[in-house]
Amino acid sequence: MSTSSDNIPAVVITRPKPLLLRHAPYFIGAAIVVFLASSMQFDGYILNILMQATTFAIAVFGLSVVLGLCGQINLAQAAFFGFGAYAVGIGTTDYQLSYWLCLVAGCVMALIAGAVLGLSTLRLGGHYLAMVTISFQQIVTLVMINAIWLTKGPDGVSKIGRPSLFLSSQSYLAFCVAMLALVGYVVWHLPETRLGRAMRAVRDNELAAGVNGIDVFRTKVYAFAISAVLGGLGGGLFAGGFAYISPDQFSFAESIVFLTMSLLGGVASPIGSAIGTGLLILIPEWLRFLKSVPGLYLAIYGLSVILIIRFMPDGIWGFVTAAYDRMRSSKKVAVTSAPLQLKPAATGGDMVLEVTGLSKHFGGLKAVDQVDISVRRGGVHALIGPNGSGKTTTLNVLSGLYNATSGKVVLDGTDVTTMPPHLRAAAGLGRTFQNIRLFRSMTALENVIIGAERPGNTLTGKGDEAALTERALAALTFVGLGPRAMELISSFSYGHQRLIEIARALAANPTLLLLDEPAAGLNSTEKLELHELLKRIAAQGLTILIIDHDMTLVSEAAQHITVLNFGRRIADGESMAVLRHPDVVSAYLGTD
Amino acid sequence: MDLVLQLLFTGIGIGAVYALVALGFVLIFRATNVVNFAQGEFSMVAAYLMVVCAVDLELPYWLSFIIALAGMAVIGVIFNLGVYYPLRHRTYLPVIIATIGASILMANGVLALYGPQPQVLPGWFDTPGIQLGPVYLDSQYLLIIVVTIALVIFNYWFFEHTMIGKKLQATSQDKEMASLLGISVSTMIMVTFIYSAVLGGLAGLLVAPILFVSIQMGSTIALKAFAATIIGGFGDVTGAIIGGLALGIIETFGAAYISVPYKDGFAFLVLVLFLVFRPQGIFGERVAEKA
Repeated sequence: MSTSSDNIPAVVITRPKPLLLRHAPYFIGAAIVVFLASSMQFDGYILNILMQATTFAIAVFGLSVVLGLCGQINLAQAAFFGFGAYAVGIGTTDYQLSYWLCLVAGCVMALIAGAVLGLSTLRLGGHYLAMVTISFQQIVTLVMINAIWLTKGPDGVSKIGRPSLFLSSQSYLAFCVAMLALVGYVVWHLPETRLGRAMRAVRDNELAAGVNGIDVFRTKVYAFAISAVLGGLGGGLFAGGFAYISPDQFSFAESIVFLTMSLLGGVASPIGSAIGTGLLILIPEWLRFLKSVPGLYLAIYGLSVILIIRFMPDGIWGFVTAAYDRMRSSKKVAVTSAPLQLKPAATGGDMVLEVTGLSKHFGGLKAVDQVDISVRRGGVHALIGPNGSGKTTTLNVLSGLYNATSGKVVLDGTDVTTMPPHLRAAAGLGRTFQNIRLFRSMTALENVIIGAERPGNTLTGKGDEAALTERALAALTFVGLGPRAMELISSFSYGHQRLIEIARALAANPTLLLLDEPAAGLNSTEKLELHELLKRIAAQGLTILIIDHDMTLVSEAAQHITVLNFGRRIADGESMAVLRHPDVVSAYLGTD
Repeated sequence: MDLVLQLLFTGIGIGAVYALVALGFVLIFRATNVVNFAQGEFSMVAAYLMVVCAVDLELPYWLSFIIALAGMAVIGVIFNLGVYYPLRHRTYLPVIIATIGASILMANGVLALYGPQPQVLPGWFDTPGIQLGPVYLDSQYLLIIVVTIALVIFNYWFFEHTMIGKKLQATSQDKEMASLLGISVSTMIMVTFIYSAVLGGLAGLLVAPILFVSIQMGSTIALKAFAATIIGGFGDVTGAIIGGLALGIIETFGAAYISVPYKDGFAFLVLVLFLVFRPQGIFGERVAEKA
C-alpha cells in the first residue's frame, strides 16, 4: 500500500484524437460492408439468410444490453420483435401507411410495452422478471393468433410493403445492414457511457450501485426499454424484408432462439451477439436434416443453453477476449493527476448528521431502538458496540438500504429519512461496506469513476469523461493505487480492495463518509496505513462516521464516540470519557 | 346459482393442480434460493410416461402410476446433478437460464420422441362422476381435490414432524449452519429435487385425464403455478396453495363469463395486478439483501 508513484515514469493519459476520428475506421468498415451488401449479386437463398441474420442481430443486440450489460433477463424478445413486425405488416397493408411511420410506431409500441413491463416488475427480484416476461410472451402470442380482426390470426400478414427508396431486396438488405451498423455502434459504446456504466454497476452489485448515487430501478427500466426497442426495430425491418409474417415467428420458442444466440456468442458484447446470431442461423441451414424431426432443434437449443451456462458462461467472444483482458490488466499506468481535493458541502449547521429517535424493527426484534446520533462537522465520529448491537443496521438505515421504522435523519440540513439510497448519495452521503462491495467485472478506475459520477459532485468540472477520469485517478492515487488503476478488481488483494472502495467513496466528494468496519480483515501494517489514510481524509475537512471493533483505531482516530448495545444508545460523548464509562466497560467485558 | 356452484367445483379442482405445482416451486425455492423454471415440465413428462405405460404398453393403471412417479424421482436426480448442482455457487441468473434451458430441452425432447399429436389419458375411475344436488361432481376432479388435501397434510407432517423434514428446513434456512451440524446439504438438496419432481409429476398425472396430454401442458401449468406463488406470497407454502386455488377459480369463471380463447391470459392479468399493487402477495414478506 505504498502511496508514492514517483519511481514510475509519468505517462499522461490524454485523448489522442477526437472521438469521431478515433472511431472513423468503424464507420469506414461499415460503409464498405453496406456497399458490398448493395452491390454484390446474391441469389435469393443467400439474400434471405443475410436478411434474417441482420434483422435478428439487432434484436439480439437488445438482449446484450439488458442481459449482458444490466444483468436483467428478457424472455419476451420475440414478442417485442413481433410488435415491430406487426406494426409494419398491418400498417403498410391494411392501413396503407408509410413504411417509416409504421417502423417508428412499432418501435414506440415495443418501447411502451417494455417500459410498462419493466416499471411493474423491475423493483422485484429477477425471478419475477423471468416469469412475467414469459407470461407476456404467451399473451402476445395468444393475441396474435386470436385477434383475427387485427392480426389476421394464424394465416399471418402478407404483401408487406417496403420504403420506396429500398424497393429491391438487395437495396433493402443494404439498408438493414446500415441500421445494424448504426445500432451496433451505439451498443458497442454504451458500456463506456454514464448510462452503460450504471447498468454494469447494477449488474455487478445493486446495493453498491444505489449508495453510489445510481438510480437502480431507473437504470434497469432503461436497459429493459432499450432492449424492447431494439427488438421492435429488428422486427420492423424483418417484416419489410420477408413481406410475410405469421404468429409462429414470434413465439416463446423464438425468444429462446434469441436468448441462445446471445448466450452462445457472448452476452456481454455486440460482437458476441453478431457471432451467436450468425452461427445459429447458419448451423440450422447446414444441418437441415435435423429439421425433419419436430422438436429436435429446440431440444438441442435447450441442451446448448445448459452447456454454455455451465462451461462457457461468457460465450465464444468472451472466451476470446478473456486472454486479451489478462494482458491488458497487467498494464501499469502512471499518473500525473493533481492531488485529490475534497470540498465537502456545508449547507446545514454545526452538525453534518442529526439522527433523532431512529428505530428499525424486524418483526418483533428491535435491532435499532430510539437512537440519537449527532455528528459534528469536520470530525471523526465512531459508532461502536458489541456484536449484534445494531451498528450495521444503523448504517444501513442511514444509507437508505433499510427503511426506518420511526425517527428522523437530517443530513447537512436536508431531511433524508424517506429517501432511497441514490438520492441520499446525491444529498452527499458516501459509504463503504463491511463485506466489500465493488463492481467486480470492472477495473479499479471504472469503479472509482462511478463514485465520481455522483449526482451533485461539484468537483468534476463539466462532468465529461476526461474530468471524471482525472478525479478518479486522483482518488486512487490518494489511497496509493493510482498506478494500478487499469487492473480488474479480481487482481487486487483484500486490503487493496478496501482502499478502492474508500477511493470510490472519496471520488464522489461526499459531505459525510460512512465507513463500515474498514479495518476488518486487515493485518496490522494495513491497519496502520488505514489510520494514516483516515488522518489525511480528516485533514481535508471531510466528516467521517466510522464503525469498527478495533479499539486502538477508534480511540486514536475518533474525537467522539456513540456506543450501542442491544439496539439502544448506552453512551455518547468525547472519546476517552466514553471508553471509561462503566456501562460501556460492562457491555464489552460483562459484569460480575 | 347452480352454474356458479358447478364452476366453483371445477375451479377448485383445476386450482388444486396449480397448487401442487406451486408447492414444488416453493420447496425448491426455499431449499436452493432459485426458481426452477422447468417445474411445469415435470408434470408434462410424468403425463407422457403414464401414456406410454398405461395406453401404449397397456400396463395396469396403478402400476403405470407408480412407474411414472418412480421415473420422476429419477428425473429429479438427473435434473439436480445436470442442471442445478454444477451451478450452485453462481448467482441466480445463470441458474434461472439453465432451468429455462432444461425446460426447453424436456418439452422438445418429448416432442421429438413422441410427436406433436396430443394424447388422451383415461381417468382413474370408470364411473364418470356423481350428481350431488345441483352440482355434478366429476370423479377425476374429486380425486384431484382429495389427493391435494391429503398431500398438503402429508407435507405438513413431513416437514414439521419427521427428522428428514426438519433437516430439509434447516438446510433451506441456513446451509452453512446446517452443514456444521452434520447435515449433508447436498443430500438434502437432492431430496428436495426428487420430492418436487415427484410432486410436479403427481400433479401432471392427476390433471392429464382432464386436459389432453400435450407438449404445451408443462409451460401452461408452470405459468399458472408461478402466478399462484406470487399471489400467495413468494416462498410461502400456504400462500402457494391458496394462490393456486384462487387462480383456478378466477380462470374458470373468466372462461365462463368473459372469454374462452383468452382463458390463459387471466392468470397474467391477475399476476400483473398483484405485482403492481401487492407484490409481496397475500401472505408473503420480501426480505431485503443483507448489506
